[in-house]
Amino acid sequence: MTDVTMTVNGKAVSGNIEGRTLLSDFIREGLRLTGTHVGCDTSQCGACVVHVDGKAVKSCTMLAAEAEGADITTIEGMATPDGSLSVIQQAFQDHHGLQCGFCTPGMVMSAAALLAENPSPTESEIRKYLEGNICRCTGYHNIVKAIMAASGQSVAGVAAE
Amino acid sequence: MPKDHGIGARNKRREDVRFLTGTGNYTDDINLAGQAYVHFLRSDVAHGRIKRLDTSVALEMPGVVRIFTGADFEGVGGIPCGWQVTDRHGNPMQEPAHPVLAQGKVRHVGDAIAAVVAETPAQARNAAEAIELEMEDLPAVVDMKAALADGAPKVHDDLDSNLCYDWTFGSDDATVQAAFDSAAHVTTLDLVNQRLVANPMEPRVAVGDYNRASDESTLYTTSQNPHVIRLLMGAFVLGIPEHKLRVVAPDVGGGFGSKIFHYAEEAFCTFAAKALKRPVKWTASRSEAFITDAHGRDHVTTIELALDADNNFTGVRTHTMANMGAYLSTFAPSVPTYLHGTLMAGNYKTPAIQVNVKAVFTTTVPVDAYRGAGRPEATYQLERVIDKAARELGADPIALRRQNFITEFPYETPVAVAYDTGDYTATMDKLLEMVDRDGFEARAAESARAGKLRGFGVNCYIEACGIAPSALVGQLGARAGLYESATVRVNATGGLVVMTGSHSHGQGHETAFPQVIAEMIGIDENMVEIVHGDTAKVPMGMGTYGSRSLAVGGSAMVRATEKIINKAKKIAAHLMEASEGDIELKDGQFSVAGTDKSVAWGDVTLAAYVPHNYPIEEIEPGLEETAFYDPSNFTYPAGAYACEVEVDPETGKVEICSFAAADDFGNVVNPMIVEGQVHGGLAQGIGQALLEAAVYDADGQLLSASYMDYAMPRADDLPNFKVDHSCQTPCTHNPLGVKGCGEAGAIGSPPAVVNAVVDALQRGGHDVTHIDMPLTPGRVWQAINE
Ligand code: FES
Ligand code: FES
Repeated sequence: MTDVTMTVNGKAVSGNIEGRTLLSDFIREGLRLTGTHVGCDTSQCGACVVHVDGKAVKSCTMLAAEAEGADITTIEGMATPDGSLSVIQQAFQDHHGLQCGFCTPGMVMSAAALLAENPSPTESEIRKYLEGNICRCTGYHNIVKAIMAASGQSVAGVAAE
Repeated sequence: MPKDHGIGARNKRREDVRFLTGTGNYTDDINLAGQAYVHFLRSDVAHGRIKRLDTSVALEMPGVVRIFTGADFEGVGGIPCGWQVTDRHGNPMQEPAHPVLAQGKVRHVGDAIAAVVAETPAQARNAAEAIELEMEDLPAVVDMKAALADGAPKVHDDLDSNLCYDWTFGSDDATVQAAFDSAAHVTTLDLVNQRLVANPMEPRVAVGDYNRASDESTLYTTSQNPHVIRLLMGAFVLGIPEHKLRVVAPDVGGGFGSKIFHYAEEAFCTFAAKALKRPVKWTASRSEAFITDAHGRDHVTTIELALDADNNFTGVRTHTMANMGAYLSTFAPSVPTYLHGTLMAGNYKTPAIQVNVKAVFTTTVPVDAYRGAGRPEATYQLERVIDKAARELGADPIALRRQNFITEFPYETPVAVAYDTGDYTATMDKLLEMVDRDGFEARAAESARAGKLRGFGVNCYIEACGIAPSALVGQLGARAGLYESATVRVNATGGLVVMTGSHSHGQGHETAFPQVIAEMIGIDENMVEIVHGDTAKVPMGMGTYGSRSLAVGGSAMVRATEKIINKAKKIAAHLMEASEGDIELKDGQFSVAGTDKSVAWGDVTLAAYVPHNYPIEEIEPGLEETAFYDPSNFTYPAGAYACEVEVDPETGKVEICSFAAADDFGNVVNPMIVEGQVHGGLAQGIGQALLEAAVYDADGQLLSASYMDYAMPRADDLPNFKVDHSCQTPCTHNPLGVKGCGEAGAIGSPPAVVNAVVDALQRGGHDVTHIDMPLTPGRVWQAINE
């Protein structure tokens, strides 16, 4: 067992964990932040994406122990301080970018990382960037639209409804 | 002006806020005090006899609470099948036992042999590895044809063979034969509708709990229909009466059919929680989901289409082998029969149609309904054979379809269904408005300059949704009624709670259902709350599948709300000292016709609960009503889809350049949600056409058992979609005039894609008439170069 300490959504947290504990498990089971989802066991689906020191990371690919000292943001930390939805979250609602909601936390976290890197991505850049995030519900159309909108671009070009 | 309220408004989804902030409550988010975790030891061979199963070492491992094996389930019921098909000789299908844990034999990779319950998931996993298991390997039975051959190894020793049923449906032999004998042209096509895995992004989870004081069991599960699970598991497996069994399906991360069925893990967790007197939790890994979630499709078909000299369709005859897998999953027998055979008329007035289906047991994961369920298989074969016929006859594929459209309604098909309404010409016209056909040649020339082949494909579809009239499906073998229930509870201060048996796992019921009530009463949607997914809260429910929620569940809600309004009018009449017949309800106000007297909705609801001035002799206090709605027919959404592709002949890679869908869903309550449903369906259909396949090797090993090998459609694989639902022929027999939109995309898109690819190859001078899905680069390249 090892001790880990990190900052999650601005709060210092610690835990005593087995060395093999994945960051995703630590977040879900240890911290009971269940917004981070686990949709696969081969690092393919992206439901588990969080930000580690500002970078989008699939939390199922990282050991919790490796996040020692890191600054982590999960979906629970994405809303604005007054509790209202962030621009990206609001765009997902406005453009119906989610259905069952299971992929959504990962999508929002990936979208945020994309827009931090590339504030005005093209549709095809968005689609390429989301390669590591699987959504089974939306067909991606409205996710792409939501991210375009969140970046302040017109969504008129994203085909009619 | 688009509406901003009520039916037809694009209301944003209220459920989104919790999902976008990580505060949803999915089953795996539920952790009960003192819970233990189960890990299943699963077969890694397709077929085998358990020679020795020794748990003694494993039992001593740290944290192990108990290990269950098949022996613990002797005397416990097996997993039941909810549909009995009668074969063409009038005999019931062969129905094998389906034990919760293997009884002596395993029949597919993933079949559960033992269940280790331990303090942590890791301890349960570790101990499962320490179980000593000796297996006598038996020959795998994978190929359906081989499974039906004389002397084939039997999946179930106690059955006569691997044939579940041999079923024939539709026109009689003489009628169909006459159609083919007199045909001017017959087109035949052999095709495979490949096995798929539904793959909702949330893997299945079950948490069993038991309350000693009340002797009550609770199961939290990832289900599309918690009441169905309560009935099947309570009555048939564990013998727990409904009043001692609660099933909760909280937020569920997609289903697409795969979460309709009652699974062994649900029964296990409920059983073990009672045996151990503590909660027991199971969370499937994705790898486990691939080998335990019911798969979909897996049909091998020969279809023949007869045409007369004027290109009128005169006969359709099909022979299909449908894979059932190792056991009969809940609705498996109905998929290739009543959800498939009944759709073989498609949108066309073919007078003679006969369907034959042989359902086959193999040593593979059970196959059951997956988005569309039977209807995609029917549509695919029909629309592919029509395209092939058009090519053989030199006819325009669109004109050939139009010429054969059913144009008069109601229309009784030769395959036992009666379409109430539709306008297939209108959706085809709309589709052609949406695509730029005139510019096609220029785009094709452009592609050619880049060394690519461009193609265009269309297809039509019809589906039977709003499942289903209970009496009819009862005759066809359903062991359940397929009505839906709703209770509408009006609170004293006027707010409403609707308890609906329809379960929402992405469909947005919490948003759309209140729009209907808001429209009926003339109040704000925010006054309406939707409760679903808990058998303790909702009286009864048959759940969500077959695009039935609004058509059947919504209709039940309308009926209950009508009862509410009728009673409220009585109260309003009393308050205004008017006669009940003169009371009108508009914008949340009751008024007396022809006067300026009115009372507000809230005054009436308050009077119902504070009945001081109240017609107490005549009606009871309170304002709560329940309705059960049993549809009198299926609904028949229909549409026309078009796909344009570019094929790289060097690599065989197919790119979807554009995809358009013109659907007729009847009336639409929330267009935004409807469009989203179509998008998702299209992605799954295009996924089937180009990417996805569950592949078994000859030994019965599932080769595509992870996202490394099973090609899920990703954002970059798909285009933006053009969708339209402005063609509306409202359903004639439900109060909302709605038809259902959940499956259309998955049904209508695969043939459009394949038709387009074949078109591209043909235009490029390649004599390719068919390629089986998925149209991977390898398959397309091979078709070009063979
Ligand atoms: S759970 Fe991390 S990528 Fe799927
Ligand atoms: S919204 Fe369901 S998986 Fe994306």
